Amino acid sequence: MRLFLACAAICLAQVHFGEVSSAQDVDIRVPSVVVAGNQANISTGGSGKATFYLVGPGVSRKSDVSLGKEVFLSAQDLSVAGRYLAVLCSSACRSAAFYVSSAQPHTLAFLVHPSRVAVAQNDAVSGVALPFDLFDNLVLSPLGVNLQLTGGGRLLFSQALRTRDGIAWFRSSSGRSAGALQVTASLDKVSAQRAVQEVASDPCNLRINGQRTPTGVLVQTEPVHDCAGNAVPDGTIVTFSATDSSGKSTVDAPIKHGIARAEMATSGVTLITAASGVVMGNELRLGSQ
Amino acid sequence: MKFALPIVLVAITAGLMLVGVVGAAHARGTVGIAAGSAMYGLTPKASAPEPALTNLLVDIQRRDWDAAFSSLSKTGGADKQSFIEEWTGSNGSLRSFSNLESFDSRPLHITNDQAQMRVHLHWSTPVGPIEDVRDIHLVREGDIWKAVWPAIVLAKVPAQVIPVTYLRWDLVNGSAGNEWGSKNIDAPHVRIISMNAEDSSEGIAVMGEVVNEDTIPAFVNVNGTLIDGSGNPIDDESSFDKIAHILLPKQVTPYRIDFPGFRLKKIKDVRMDVKAALVPASADPVIGVMNQKVETDVQGKSVLHGDLLNESGRTVNIPHVIASFYDNNGKVVWVADGYVDGALLPQSSEPFAVEIPRSVAAEVQNFHVVVNQYSLGGL
Repeated sequence: MRLFLACAAICLAQVHFGEVSSAQDVDIRVPSVVVAGNQANISTGGSGKATFYLVGPGVSRKSDVSLGKEVFLSAQDLSVAGRYLAVLCSSACRSAAFYVSSAQPHTLAFLVHPSRVAVAQNDAVSGVALPFDLFDNLVLSPLGVNLQLTGGGRLLFSQALRTRDGIAWFRSSSGRSAGALQVTASLDKVSAQRAVQEVASDPCNLRINGQRTPTGVLVQTEPVHDCAGNAVPDGTIVTFSATDSSGKSTVDAPIKHGIARAEMATSGVTLITAASGVVMGNELRLGSQ
Repeated sequence: MKFALPIVLVAITAGLMLVGVVGAAHARGTVGIAAGSAMYGLTPKASAPEPALTNLLVDIQRRDWDAAFSSLSKTGGADKQSFIEEWTGSNGSLRSFSNLESFDSRPLHITNDQAQMRVHLHWSTPVGPIEDVRDIHLVREGDIWKAVWPAIVLAKVPAQVIPVTYLRWDLVNGSAGNEWGSKNIDAPHVRIISMNAEDSSEGIAVMGEVVNEDTIPAFVNVNGTLIDGSGNPIDDESSFDKIAHILLPKQVTPYRIDFPGFRLKKIKDVRMDVKAALVPASADPVIGVMNQKVETDVQGKSVLHGDLLNESGRTVNIPHVIASFYDNNGKVVWVADGYVDGALLPQSSEPFAVEIPRSVAAEVQNFHVVVNQYSLGGL
């Protein structure tokens, strides 16, 4: 009696963990390799009727089968990569596990950060590429991904990447010219393209000039560029400050056509300064009218 | 006996009506009376400067403009329409959304025929209570005292066409498919460039400046969390309206976060968090801040005052001034703000004033003013 109970417990445990049961009249043989989206057959041994169960990441199925014949698994049953368990139950149960691997890459998920970056910044652009098959399974086998960064119609940077555990990544500095930076990742016939907008950096050598007008002073910047020579975009704020005997006057003037301009009512000797963000410009001293 | 109860009830009702009428005539802080007097003739006689001024302000509170204007001296020169506009506002200004909640007055100088009164006006407004101080001159005409209201010069803008070619940023949500990572736009990059925590009269004030480092406009908010000695957060506040929320590229704004009821000695750390979001914005209107000067006002307080000049062609309904004050090392020692009562009409100016607390007034060596603007009709 004690021996019988021990044997029953071992049998149940083996069925539970997908191992071979003790029943001798049922046999099941699963394929060693299955690719996602392909059909497969599972061989059974014995005679009579049985119940077949298939449990996997994307399927849970039960069907009546005849022992000794093959059980057909459709492409839809096996579309999701992962570990599957096939269970065959007649007077007793027998089970076997098999793996479905991902198919050939079909799409490339490509994430690039940031969408907008100042020029001439070290390690400012980064991205990851993840190959997926037709059934959206991540392709885990190592694959070669070609990366290209182009800007202004010419190649700025290229690198051959290799996926590891389904991911390839890169990091790169931004270019020196403002404009669209095209980032392309390609894998055989599959490719994905993203755009990073490279924008001018902080103004460099902010210089102002001014002149007296009948009502005060007209002050304006020279064309505002960053240190790489890119024009700072219109709409960027330049703060002009004019100090005279009546106090201080300030105007936050946006750059228009590359130049910021402001008119301020001042009299007497006037000290004028300009700043854009944390960048200071030159000082200008205008004498009295 | 059977008539006793009705007679008592009628008498009590009549008494309460009389108390109500007389009380309303002396009401302070009455809000929302559209026009007219509850019962004409019950206003106390203006036989002294104080009741004359009280009568005038009560009439203004009740928006009884006929009565208010009739209590002004003819020597003043103010016309009725301008007088009404001065108190009710126009062009969607802050004053046009405000009510005179209450007032306190005290004499500065009184002779037999003339009086100078100082009145503190307490306004209730959509942006919170605002206090205004005015000195009012009164003269005796016969046995009646009347206020001398000077001629009011309201900004008049001539008809004109002002071409505006400043930039405007619109925000378009991409209509691309659901491809992963194909339609992301990063939030603008903003940075706190200075931060200082000080004990103020009401608690802790954390203040400093934020810059938009990006090339696109940003909606900015700064949050602060106080950390006590054991590392636990004990309060969390935001800059609320003590910041210019919409920052154009490379624009700098002051911010101040108030933690009422806390003292710095119990605080180990302050965690700062600046959040920025991409928003549509316009570079127009450009508002100049002219003739800024720190001076001492009639009450002995240090006040930064100046003029806002609208250089564009749009009316700014509610201008809001935020000023940062620096010590001689360039450290931000205080951030103060103030709303301007009047609308800022195109090509015209409005005065502003921002008070500096006595505790920091002596340290202030420099200042920077930014103007926040609220305009009806959006961008």
